[in-house]
Amino acid sequence: MKKKLLSIILATAMVATMVGCGSATSEPAAAEPATKEAAEEATPAEEVAEEPAAEEASDDLIVVGYAQVGAESDWRTANTESFKTTFTEENGYQLIFDDAQQKQENQIKAIRSFIQQEVDYIVVAPVVETGWETVLEEAKEAGIPVILSDRMMDVSDDSLYECWVGGNFVKEGEDAAAWLKTYLEDQGRGSEEINIVTLQGTIGASAQVGRTEGFANGMQDNWVMLDQQTGEFTQSKGQEVMESFLKQYPDIDVVVCENDNMAFGAIDAIKAAGKTCGPEGDIIVISFDAVAAAFDSMIAGDLNATFECNPLHGPRVAEIIQKLEAGETVEKIQYVDESYFDTSMDVAAIKETRAY
Amino acid sequence: MSNAKKTLRKLTEYKLFLPFLCLALVLLINVIKTPTFFAITINNGVFYGYIIDVINRASELVILAVGMTLVVAASGGTDISVGAVSALAGAVCCFVLSGGEQSVNEYHAPYILGVLAAMAIGIICGAWNGFLVAKMKIQPMVATLILFTAGRGIAQLITDGQMIYVRVDHFKKLGAFIDGVPLPTPVFAAIFVVIVTMLLLKKTALGLYIQTVGINAKAARLVGLNSTMIQFLTYTYCGLCAGIAGLIITSRVYSIDANNAGLNMELDAILAVALGGNSLGGGKFSLAGSVIGAYTIQALTTTLYAMGVSADQIPVYKAIVVVIIVSLQSPELLKIWKNIKKKFGNDGARKKVA
Repeated sequence: MKKKLLSIILATAMVATMVGCGSATSEPAAAEPATKEAAEEATPAEEVAEEPAAEEASDDLIVVGYAQVGAESDWRTANTESFKTTFTEENGYQLIFDDAQQKQENQIKAIRSFIQQEVDYIVVAPVVETGWETVLEEAKEAGIPVILSDRMMDVSDDSLYECWVGGNFVKEGEDAAAWLKTYLEDQGRGSEEINIVTLQGTIGASAQVGRTEGFANGMQDNWVMLDQQTGEFTQSKGQEVMESFLKQYPDIDVVVCENDNMAFGAIDAIKAAGKTCGPEGDIIVISFDAVAAAFDSMIAGDLNATFECNPLHGPRVAEIIQKLEAGETVEKIQYVDESYFDTSMDVAAIKETRAY
Repeated sequence: MSNAKKTLRKLTEYKLFLPFLCLALVLLINVIKTPTFFAITINNGVFYGYIIDVINRASELVILAVGMTLVVAASGGTDISVGAVSALAGAVCCFVLSGGEQSVNEYHAPYILGVLAAMAIGIICGAWNGFLVAKMKIQPMVATLILFTAGRGIAQLITDGQMIYVRVDHFKKLGAFIDGVPLPTPVFAAIFVVIVTMLLLKKTALGLYIQTVGINAKAARLVGLNSTMIQFLTYTYCGLCAGIAGLIITSRVYSIDANNAGLNMELDAILAVALGGNSLGGGKFSLAGSVIGAYTIQALTTTLYAMGVSADQIPVYKAIVVVIIVSLQSPELLKIWKNIKKKFGNDGARKKVA
């Protein structure tokens, strides 16, 4: 009897898998080896295909290899888009793009492959700050200038890279603290004790280090930093950590989230705890990056303010490359222009004008 | 010998005693450090408290640990692709529901279709792993390494490297609350998976078969069991579990982030199996042990948050606790302890004589 039952179960399971396999051909993610290989080698294959073209066209096109971190947030996506729209063939460039999926070893691999392909410029948005000496020296030996985007590298010899383009994270943090000060004063809470918690980014990332430092610089005597914990720049971790904060500290006045995605998670957690946030609510939520979804959140009245971290590095990098092509020297550190947005502005109208 | 001592001995000999003890130890730290840890209040008509967080956040891990236990038991190897497979399943689900767009406010396909697609992908990936391990006899870690690396790549291809948002309240329910139910939905999903698996194992001879194959696949074959099929089925089931976990992960943040969804969860799932007192060499297994192991891991994470341990130190504390728990369960430690006891016991006896 049991055997019969078992065989029925096995048979149904088999049929189920067969049906699964049958439909696999139509699914983009079929478990066929061919698809897998294709997926694994999708990027290199594209590069190989582009390579001969690159050599042929190298007379008139400037070949730029961009080793991107990944697509962990909307900000990153906007950054990628900025490069893809700036470095087009119409503008005289050829962009070889690599998504490192947030792994340093992937980026090092990508840089090595750029060197092998003899690109004209390498742009890197490093995943972490350390461990780049060897590969940068290889690029230097090959005579390829390296431009850093967004995050800084910690190397002993700063001639290893041409220059760095990005936001001033410390200033963003200071701006946020200054905004909070005026906001509280306007509400008449200027001398009240204000309890603050911070959802930090991935520990060690420049954005985390800079924003934490900047906000700490702007702390007032009557502000109390209850706790700081990493949300790893992701919405799910931000939500989980905020849940814990809310239980630990019943009286939180301000949440500082070091990127927008964590703020979305925090807002969900605040609402789930039966509290309110935003300009009308109990808790003030401040975040950084200013992605499109953050504007939606401000329109919905959940988020108070977001401090822009301009992801549109493409045009600035193109400018630098043009200068280098003309034989000019460029400044080592180049900040992109940044501002902030809060709910006192007409955020819906601003959102329309934003490129990301 | 008194009765109390006897019951104590009986209790310590109980198979799940050590996993339970470890969970209790982790929770005990909280009694001392954060007394409010066990407070449960009702907030907005739902239960609210640290303990609720633990059982809520551990749900995905419990589901993955269930699948992992079967794989470990039947093949003596681990499936390291579950994290990537859950990301892939989540990506497929969001892709189906959003119709390929980046952010949608309403479904472009019926919800059930997204759920079925995610589960189907889980099963397909699991079947692929099972095929490689059971039929092609490739080392489990090597076989599953393929999807471990390629899974997120495929997910990226599907999502076009972007995050896909499904901003529909209905979609959030699996990862949050169903109206009128005071407990988070993931808890029920986890309980459901555990009960269904338990029934499958206990009501049919499958549990016994898996154990037999795990202890000695060849001998099992000689007594007429289809070892290949049984191993294949465990991997397929593990894939299905990963698919379900992927659905919960995606629903929690109503979006898929192919790079981060289920990141490093495979390691936690393997750890859960080990913490549950299961041998990673295969054979005899305890599903309940793995489930307790999964809750222990999440209890540890939540405890560290509750104690306000700073972010850069968390991994160190986790490592220390895991080392303690694993060595507590090691039979060698018991032997050493017995030896020490014997030695001191003898000393005491001698002194008395003198």
